[in-house]
Amino acid sequence: MDQKKEIDDRFKKFGIVSFTATTKVNDFIDHLEEGKVMGTRCQDCGQVFFPPRADCYKCLSSKVEWFEVSGSGKLLTFSKLVYAPVGFEEDLPYFIAVVDYGDYKIFGRVAKDVTGEDLTIGMEMKTVVNRLPNGQLNYVFEKA
Amino acid sequence: MGKVGIIGVGQSAFARRYEGSIRELAFEAFKEAMTDAQIAVEDIDASIICSAPEYDKQRSPSGVFAEYLGLIPQPTCYLESLCSSSSMGLRLAYALIQAGLHDVVAVLGFQKMSEISSAESQERMGRGADIQWESPFGTMMPAYYAMFAKAHMEKYGTTAEDLALVRVKAATHGQLNPKAAFRKPVTMEMLTDPEHFMSGSVSDPLCVGDCCANADGSACLIVASEEKAKALSDKPVYILGLGAASASVNMSGRDMFTGLKVAQLASQQAYEMAGVTPKEIDVAEVHDCFTISEIMAYEDLGFAKPGEGAELIRRKETYLEGSKPVNVDGGLLSKGHPIGATGGSQIRTIVLELRGEAGEMQVKDPEIGLVHNIGGVGLYGTVTILGR
Repeated sequence: MDQKKEIDDRFKKFGIVSFTATTKVNDFIDHLEEGKVMGTRCQDCGQVFFPPRADCYKCLSSKVEWFEVSGSGKLLTFSKLVYAPVGFEEDLPYFIAVVDYGDYKIFGRVAKDVTGEDLTIGMEMKTVVNRLPNGQLNYVFEKA
Repeated sequence: MGKVGIIGVGQSAFARRYEGSIRELAFEAFKEAMTDAQIAVEDIDASIICSAPEYDKQRSPSGVFAEYLGLIPQPTCYLESLCSSSSMGLRLAYALIQAGLHDVVAVLGFQKMSEISSAESQERMGRGADIQWESPFGTMMPAYYAMFAKAHMEKYGTTAEDLALVRVKAATHGQLNPKAAFRKPVTMEMLTDPEHFMSGSVSDPLCVGDCCANADGSACLIVASEEKAKALSDKPVYILGLGAASASVNMSGRDMFTGLKVAQLASQQAYEMAGVTPKEIDVAEVHDCFTISEIMAYEDLGFAKPGEGAELIRRKETYLEGSKPVNVDGGLLSKGHPIGATGGSQIRTIVLELRGEAGEMQVKDPEIGLVHNIGGVGLYGTVTILGR
């Protein structure tokens, strides 16, 4: 009876340093574990969301379903960081980028083995799950 | 509905480190604004305190300040919209006055950033972005704006040298501003010499010289109804137009990386309310947190067509003596950027310009001035048009 209710803090596994532990879209982490990057779609109006949301701002429905990010998108812009915020210094240098999939866009990191010379705005990139050395999970962009 | 005027302006010196507490920092700007307005604390009906809250240990600074500034028992509240906090504070003061709740309102913006390290500060700044979905990748403000610079360069052919020209202008004007934190000349040679620290990359394509620096500072505006402004002041500057907008915090929700939608929307609203066009702006302060931000501001405000912003700086049109003077006080790049104080400082400069009291920074006989103040990575934007 007085057993402590467990907190679903799966989201603290997202990224090198996660600032959020609990969210209604915690399943995002399970999907990453399965090798899938997923967004959500409103079951009532069909609006597509990435990053995934639990609630639709268009029709105020909270009935959403998961869809897998598949295929490739266009690289909209990117930057190579030479300085990093606290906790990220060991990763330097690294690239952040925005990739346009048409119905949605994705902000994230570029895969470690992709260098600046490889990147041009407009090129096709795909989004893949990335397991970090400390066991954390995120996703990165690779050349399509 | 009558007009709303600004009857007093004040600003502390902006500095890398302020040797005092936040209430003392606030007092510096308040004292100058009250001396400028030549009114008594009893004349003030309410205060709005503006900053970004994560830099200080004090929770809810508005009550602390109201007491220290002698503004109790009048109502006070705290307003936050990151780097645009104090121009948003002016907007709130305008609404309170036009609604008839108050006649005279003090808007005070401040920030004391020096109590934490630069890296910690960058991390907090980064948390002005989406902490659930973006910060876990290791983001920071220069990196976001660098993505805009990259896209602007790709689409319009803007160059690193164009960005450097903005910094050289900022430094040229900053030398004229006794309140600026950085008053040394910056030359094109320094910005292009690979051995010089200013040319060092921060987040490609932005270098050290392209980024404004943290600072401590405060700024204060005394805002009054038209009736009160006329009764209390012989030199009020009136708010002619106000605009404000917001955008998706996550970059995945943006449809443009070559300009800031919030600035475009806010300026359209402000121009319409004021009944003026970009051509009629005689002097402007824009939010040059990074050099690219100023070039985008030229375009977002309609001073230049999309993609032609760099032309303005190449032709030196935005210098003090040019056809469209911008950031004649040195901008954020020279003054430093004490987040909550920045908008108030920009507004103060334009008020002084319109009163003909800007000293060495004075533009010849300006009648209409504009302030463009951005919070976060174009998350919030305000545009304020002022006139005599």
